[in-house]
Amino acid sequence: MNLRLHIWRQSGPDAQGMLKTYDVQNVSEHMSFLEMLDVLNEDLLTKGEVPVAFDHDCREGICGTCGMVINGRPHGPLTRTTACQLHMRTFKDGDEIYIEPWRARAFPVMRDLIVDRGSFDRIIQKGGFVSVNTGNAQDGNAIPISKKDADRAMDAAACIGCGACVAACPNSSAMLFTSAKIGHLGSLPQGQTERSTRAMNMVLQMDAEGFGACTNHYECEAACPKGISAEFIAQMNKDFVASAFGGRD
Amino acid sequence: MALNSNIPDGPIQQRWDKHRAELKLVNPANKRKYSVIVVGTGLAGASAAATMAELGYNVSAFTYHDSARRAHSIAAQGGINAAKNYQNDGDSVWRLFYDTVKGGDFRARESNVYRLAQVSTSIIDQCVAQGVPFAREYGGYLSNRSFGGAQVSRTFYARGQTGQQLLIGAYQALQRQVGLGKVKLHNKQEMMDLIVVDGRARGIVTRDMVTGKVQSHMADAVVLATGGYGNVFYLSTNAMACNVTATYRAHKRGAFFANPCYTQIHPTCIPQSGDYQSKLTLMSESLRNDGRIWVPKQKGDTRSPDQIPEAERDYYLERKYPSFGNLSPRDIASRAAKEVCDEGRGVGPGGLGVYLDFSDAIRRLGEKTIADRYGNLFEMYERITGENPYKVPMRIYPAVHYTMGGLWVDYNLMSNVPGLFVLGEANFSDHGANRLGASALMQGLADGYFVIPYTIGGYFANGGLQAVGNDSQEARTAVQEAEQKIAALLALNGKRSPTSFHRELGKIMWDKCGMARNEQGLKEALTRIPELREEFWQNVKIPGSGAELNQSLELGLRVADFLEFAELMCYDALQRNESCGGHFREEYQTEDGEAQRNDDDYCYAAAWEYNGVGATPTLHKEELSFENVKLATRSYK
Repeated sequence: MNLRLHIWRQSGPDAQGMLKTYDVQNVSEHMSFLEMLDVLNEDLLTKGEVPVAFDHDCREGICGTCGMVINGRPHGPLTRTTACQLHMRTFKDGDEIYIEPWRARAFPVMRDLIVDRGSFDRIIQKGGFVSVNTGNAQDGNAIPISKKDADRAMDAAACIGCGACVAACPNSSAMLFTSAKIGHLGSLPQGQTERSTRAMNMVLQMDAEGFGACTNHYECEAACPKGISAEFIAQMNKDFVASAFGGRD
Repeated sequence: MALNSNIPDGPIQQRWDKHRAELKLVNPANKRKYSVIVVGTGLAGASAAATMAELGYNVSAFTYHDSARRAHSIAAQGGINAAKNYQNDGDSVWRLFYDTVKGGDFRARESNVYRLAQVSTSIIDQCVAQGVPFAREYGGYLSNRSFGGAQVSRTFYARGQTGQQLLIGAYQALQRQVGLGKVKLHNKQEMMDLIVVDGRARGIVTRDMVTGKVQSHMADAVVLATGGYGNVFYLSTNAMACNVTATYRAHKRGAFFANPCYTQIHPTCIPQSGDYQSKLTLMSESLRNDGRIWVPKQKGDTRSPDQIPEAERDYYLERKYPSFGNLSPRDIASRAAKEVCDEGRGVGPGGLGVYLDFSDAIRRLGEKTIADRYGNLFEMYERITGENPYKVPMRIYPAVHYTMGGLWVDYNLMSNVPGLFVLGEANFSDHGANRLGASALMQGLADGYFVIPYTIGGYFANGGLQAVGNDSQEARTAVQEAEQKIAALLALNGKRSPTSFHRELGKIMWDKCGMARNEQGLKEALTRIPELREEFWQNVKIPGSGAELNQSLELGLRVADFLEFAELMCYDALQRNESCGGHFREEYQTEDGEAQRNDDDYCYAAAWEYNGVGATPTLHKEELSFENVKLATRSYK
């Protein structure tokens, strides 16, 4: 198939960006979306043009490195699918495809489709962990954890930190990301000791990074390639309120 | 130079305890006076950096990713082994040790493997305490499954995302230390060189991948946890950015590279679909618990799988290896797949595939149970191939997955360059010539959580470290050399892309140094690699400048190192006149096509010393002794 691509080009963090148009020919339906961009980049490079910079690594949908808005949707048209797992059979001959970076104040564009997601790491640094030094652990089976709780923790822990939730939200809110971590650790007995301070500190950092608030659009849940439920936001709010009224430790 | 592996003496069961008791300690107040650089933030790097920071050392960690959570450990699907014996099925530290030594085809160092099995149980405890959501039974206790090369269920898992969950656990421990100011984390920094001062590893040179700035960082010790070199084959299951640069540059500064020819070909990957293919996708080995592998008995049978009656199918693993069947170790299962495809019985486009069929298991257990166990893997398969594996058998083919070789290290995980420690897939020590499934996660975390925190203290306590700064001659020279290399590459302005060279190199390696090797092929590769390297240095084209985010330049620098390293692999494969584990030399096989080891002449680890680009490296041998597991022909029949 032949396609027309409109891709956001921006040479650096402070440079002016713009959409540029490229035609790609003979795209196979079995290619992944990123392999289609590889082919474009090889072509640009041999013509002496600078290839399109985009983030990617595992290409198996698990590392969370790739991320781009494809025709207005983070990671493209397929639900629960990262851009690297999107295949060209989803498109048809003659399609025009618009490709842009995540847009959010807390994710500054570094180049073309690459943004800086360091803000996510800083949120985790404020409490997205259990404070247990190596060597302190008791036997793994000492505390039975119901399958239901373990499964719920895993549902939240499946977050890959890609940032699609932020890109999808009209407020650029990071609440799905932050609540996934709070929901993961809060569902387990190991996470109870720090539950209240965790919610408070992570939410404060989230605000400090410039992410917006939640106004219940649920676009985050729809865009999440791992299908993380917005229910975790409710749990986060509950923990946050409990922390605010209970006082921080 | 004689290699001293520093293995403690005494009974193997007591060696690690004895060694820990004898290691000198650094007093808690003095630990902050020592600085450590950790390169790589995968399982080994993140766990090491976090744990050393908890102890009080000053840690600087470096990753080329935009976040420490992205390392390729994250992609491990199936699980992590530990000798917990929660299933009461006869597992023990001894049995895990035995299985690993045997699985590695008697080419690993016994003492290291025993220690690995010993600390495996603590890993599970530590990860549970961190909140890793391992799968649980309804009673609330940890669940296990089986993996290849074992007859017990000792594999712990978190759905099909075990690597992700373990890495997130280590990443969270690391970020906690970053938040506490104990670890200085440098994202988007690629290691360009190792700085050696007075014979000791004292720092690294990095390139900032956003600004292009090249600079030195100095410390009292350097820990490399930079993963394997499977991408030398271009197509592999590794992530796109995985590369050999960090370990290879350390090799060029004097560190010996051990057993580079030991590469693992994983039997269950999705077959290649076209020339544009950028990587191969693994389907977890855990699928072999319930999936049955088969090909048609007839050559060139083009009927769809549901039209081939039971009697005309060859379940070749069950037929050849009845006691392990579909759970035979990876090297054996991969070679068996290659064999049936070479016979013309492969399925799918190009005949490079075999079926992995779940219809029996679905009939026996129901679709829901199978979906609970493997749902995300089935989804992934369907996304990539457009076929529904609940209805049609999966098609799979072997692909490069893991590299057992790596920098040579002693029992303390220190290379022959004092102060340079190497962890995880980047070292060579624990898996011999073949790694068992679910053991990579185990080794990465064992090294990082439970070995390096002890052994690095022993190194510091022995003293002799002088202050060395960024203004030292060695640091300035190393920075200058890195800058010159970048400038030279950018100045070429040739006609071919770095990817085209990488793809061509990968093809040479797969054909001549892949699943099966022979003397003639390896010699051809040793002629063609230098030619390709020469062309690269005349004709590669890298647009843009060095002072910006430049992905073509990043790739170009990595490919340049692969083009040197590939030769080393071939030298190693050529000198090893035997077949063992993942190294299959066609000249050395039994009558029924199994690998034929030669313990009289090759029971050693081959540690190579660098002599210059294109110059033949010098071979040093570490003789391996098997005092506890008797050398025997591996049999899974």
